[in-house]
Amino acid sequence: MSSLTLRPCGDFRTSYKQDNTIFETKTIRRLAIIAILVLCTAPAFVDGYVLTLCIQIAYLGIAAMGLNILVGYTGQISLGHGAFFGFGAFASAWLNTSFQIPVFLSIPLAGFLTMAVGMMFGLPAARIKGLYLAIATLASQFIIEDFFARADWFSGGSYGAAAEPLTMFGVVFDTDQSFYYVALFALVTMFIWACNLLRSRDGRAFVAIRDHYLSAEIMGIKLNKYRLLSFGISSFYAGIGGALYAPYLGYVSAGGFTIFLSIQFLAMIIIGGLGSVKGTLMGVIFMVFLPEVLESAVSVLKDTDWGNVPMVIDGLAYIKEMAIGLVIIGFLIFEPQGLAHRWAQIKNYWKFYPFSY
Amino acid sequence: MNFELLTQLIVNGLIVGLLYGVIGMCFVLVYKSTKIVNFAQGEFLLIGAWVCWAALVYLQLPFFVGFLLSLCFMAAFGVLLQMVVLRPMIGEPIISVIMITIGLSIFFQSLMKWIFGVSPQSYPQVFDTQNINILGLNIEMAYLMSTVIALVIMGAFYFFFKYSKHGLAMRATAFDQQVAQSLGISVKNVFAMSWAIAATVSATAGVVLGMVNGVSDSLSIMGIKVFPAVILGGLDSIIGAIVGGGVIGGLENVAEFVDSQYLQIGNMYDIAPFYVLLVILWFKPYGLFGTKDIERI
Repeated sequence: MSSLTLRPCGDFRTSYKQDNTIFETKTIRRLAIIAILVLCTAPAFVDGYVLTLCIQIAYLGIAAMGLNILVGYTGQISLGHGAFFGFGAFASAWLNTSFQIPVFLSIPLAGFLTMAVGMMFGLPAARIKGLYLAIATLASQFIIEDFFARADWFSGGSYGAAAEPLTMFGVVFDTDQSFYYVALFALVTMFIWACNLLRSRDGRAFVAIRDHYLSAEIMGIKLNKYRLLSFGISSFYAGIGGALYAPYLGYVSAGGFTIFLSIQFLAMIIIGGLGSVKGTLMGVIFMVFLPEVLESAVSVLKDTDWGNVPMVIDGLAYIKEMAIGLVIIGFLIFEPQGLAHRWAQIKNYWKFYPFSY
Repeated sequence: MNFELLTQLIVNGLIVGLLYGVIGMCFVLVYKSTKIVNFAQGEFLLIGAWVCWAALVYLQLPFFVGFLLSLCFMAAFGVLLQMVVLRPMIGEPIISVIMITIGLSIFFQSLMKWIFGVSPQSYPQVFDTQNINILGLNIEMAYLMSTVIALVIMGAFYFFFKYSKHGLAMRATAFDQQVAQSLGISVKNVFAMSWAIAATVSATAGVVLGMVNGVSDSLSIMGIKVFPAVILGGLDSIIGAIVGGGVIGGLENVAEFVDSQYLQIGNMYDIAPFYVLLVILWFKPYGLFGTKDIERI
């Protein structure tokens, strides 16, 4: 179907190949390429602060995509994704400082190490599901967090670990402007990988398990294998995200990878839309900009007469947390399919405008 | 080996375990009747304890009046929460239900931090004596009271479910919602009632714990610590919650003891239950008393 330039107004696909394409039309493919090119030029005209937010979106987005593969596509629940993200961050710093592995190699290696740890904790997950799995992953979150605080050889204990900046081909990526390209490259690669995974046999097996695991098993899908695989892939994504975080900030401390981070990842994919790679990114963007918007709202309030009270100004950190809770509740009640669904609806509205029937 | 310390620790652990059992019972009650996993259980303790504290300190009420007031507040709060937030979630996939209670938990935790601050506050003195000596063991008065309260609550649960009409209605709803509905039971009321009971009983536990350690946002951790207890006992068994609570409470302290005497790893008190939890889930996912669910296509 990629020979078309405009999307047809119905489902006219006649072959599996058409059903499987990433880009439905030529226009979409061109637009995607243009979008990436525009993003590449962004450091030239965007100020540093926005650039840090973009980098944040990239590494959180990679981890959140992994969680979406697990939750949105395989229908498993994980409350320990933040810990795996942290494990990736520590692992890349550890591989680099202890074994002198160059950072550009330690990032994928940290991903694989996190994958191994994730699969270890995922072993019980192959047997249990739903609520039990949620609680098991909650336990793994606390166990890994405790490990960070204790394993001095790995994470530096309560002091944290220092991480070297990324160097490749003699170029040091230690500024926002240069690291932006690394983050963008990683994000695009992982994005395409996720899209490709989901149109392969394994991806379809994941979706089958999510939709009805007993039927999937009867149709010959090995439940244990695919649940474990999905767990591994999601931890791999989390590890890569974390491994990018370490050389970017230059320092990893154990305090940042609490259950709250795991919940934020879950919030991202719920806001974006479960089972949508594109939606994940929308959710991440939403969650990264939400605190910023709140912050500027509070600073606007500060100048008004009734807003200038210590309750509002000192309570900013709590207001941010409360907003995250409220956003989760609000989206689940009013927009359970997330931003991706809303985006599709807006697109449809304009496509059929003014004859919406 | 220090036997005296060990016995003291085990007794303390069992007393705290009884409280875990009470909180676990609320959890199981909500899970059984409404099929909702309540990750915001700890926040019920927190809100109850803070409301009671505010009633005692700001309004200067006598303890039992303030306590009853906070229980009434929590009952209303539980019903309201069920009506506004959780009723739209009926029939949604389990991930949504879990996430909405997690959302509630974050929201109320930070709301309480916002209103009451992060530093622990202690209750005004309720008992004259702090410690009491039973059979050579030193037991805090508040712990003794918590044991009595826990046992009273457990007895009350037993009689409520065994003999009262509402209790029967709740058991019927837990057994089969549609059949219960066809027999004239208002499932809506049963849902609201189970949330109200869970909220009030958790608030009681919160007040008791607040009297021992002071009220602070660390109370909400109890809502997470109750998971190992509940999973050990079986998610849908009230007896299981009590047994699991006792075992986990004792185990925490034994792990702490073994660690401080021999292993020197540190932090075992908080982490040991989660290792146990993973082991249970590995070998016996439905716990000691839980019913194994059988699924058909």
